[in-house]
Amino acid sequence: MIRVTATINGVRHEADDVWPGESLLYVLRERMGLPGSKNACEQGECGSCTVYLDGVPVCACLVAAGQAQGREIVTVEGLAREQDGELHPVQQAFIEAGAVQCGFCTPGLLVAAHDLLARDPDPADADVREALAGNLCRCTGYEKILEAVRLAGTRLREAGPPAGGGGLPGG
Amino acid sequence: MEFIQPGSLAEALAAKAARPDAVPIAGGTDVMVELNFARQRPEALLDLTRVPELSGWRSENGRLRVAAGVTYAELTGERGSQSADDGLSRRLPGLAIAARTIGSPQIRNRGTIGGNLGSASPAGDCHPGLLAADAEVEAASVRGTRLIPIDEFFTGVKRNALAPDELITAVWIGAPSGPEQFAKIGTRNAMVIAVAAFGLALHSDRRSVGTGIGSAAPTPVRASQADAFLAAALEDGGLWESRGELPEPVVTEFGALVSAAARPIDDVRGTAAYRRHALAVLARRTLTWAWAEYRERGTGQGLAEVGA
Repeated sequence: MIRVTATINGVRHEADDVWPGESLLYVLRERMGLPGSKNACEQGECGSCTVYLDGVPVCACLVAAGQAQGREIVTVEGLAREQDGELHPVQQAFIEAGAVQCGFCTPGLLVAAHDLLARDPDPADADVREALAGNLCRCTGYEKILEAVRLAGTRLREAGPPAGGGGLPGG
Repeated sequence: MEFIQPGSLAEALAAKAARPDAVPIAGGTDVMVELNFARQRPEALLDLTRVPELSGWRSENGRLRVAAGVTYAELTGERGSQSADDGLSRRLPGLAIAARTIGSPQIRNRGTIGGNLGSASPAGDCHPGLLAADAEVEAASVRGTRLIPIDEFFTGVKRNALAPDELITAVWIGAPSGPEQFAKIGTRNAMVIAVAAFGLALHSDRRSVGTGIGSAAPTPVRASQADAFLAAALEDGGLWESRGELPEPVVTEFGALVSAAARPIDDVRGTAAYRRHALAVLARRTLTWAWAEYRERGTGQGLAEVGA
């Protein structure tokens, strides 16, 4: 058993007695009280556990717990504004566009869409589809999700780059 | 289960020598699936993500050394410190095309070329291009370092030529002198294990042809007769110099020979008959694309100059 310490959404978290073969997803959900990242396929197929690991979107189910030691992780819980909890424009757009039905895929899609728009606030539809290709949704048929990403992109472009540069919360 | 986390290559090799049963893990895209589904319970995991020697790439005497920890996203140019202009994707276009077809952004951000080789799946997407390019796999242990020719590396379904104390440290690939192509068949454009895949390299400097077949034999394999046939047809027709149109019968025969080189089986993803058919199509298609690119280049300015 090992101890895992990581910065998650800007806060240092620690878990003891972690089995080294368990996933970062399990550590987040079951040991650190962050159930936002969803557990569905456990094989990297569905994207519902997508989190940022050192600024790069990954499937948390495919990261071994020990590999997260000392790393910076941002989960869906870290996307909203820290001071007042105001939703990130990507989150707000998902609500307004009706891109959320059962909601199980939503956390992963939010992180993936957040990453896309941070790199390219005006993506072509083909780029949106490519960026979200690893996130499965069984409810929406994806059209409302594409609409939400377009809406979020428009709002982010209107707002301009965030103060201090970057756009990645907590890291 | 023990979790071994070396901070240098020397430490990693010492750990692998002491614990040959330790399962190496990098991006985790294969190993973690095994663990999550309790298909494997190794005594130890050897985490390679903190070994600095396993990241990055360099050019050396006209060859590229791509470290084992280079991710698919670095091969495609989606991520990594190199700009798209002078980055890996421009220097190794065949591998970049193949990496682009792998998984999803999340998977490409984690999965590595070394992990692809280590898993040695017959469906590994890097393998056809590495065969076509005559790559060599650099393997290291406390006993030393050796280069394994790619066509001696795959020894069976998910088996490779590594000794129990060895780790894959890099892949060596000659800078391509001519066009490279890759295509694969699957049910969608993402998150697909190939039903059949094919990689092609036109080595215009030495006037030879390289091929690699994926997902249609117990291991990734070359289509050696197709290589020899096409190289001879290009030579005999003076086509390397003239850059003339490829005669249709040459394209057709090339496809037939590629198809004949496969040893496919029926499985959940497709039948052997379909795989044979698909390979002939992929071979003709990739050859048509690669030859069109060769004709367009015209001036003889190859990627070798970029890669040098």
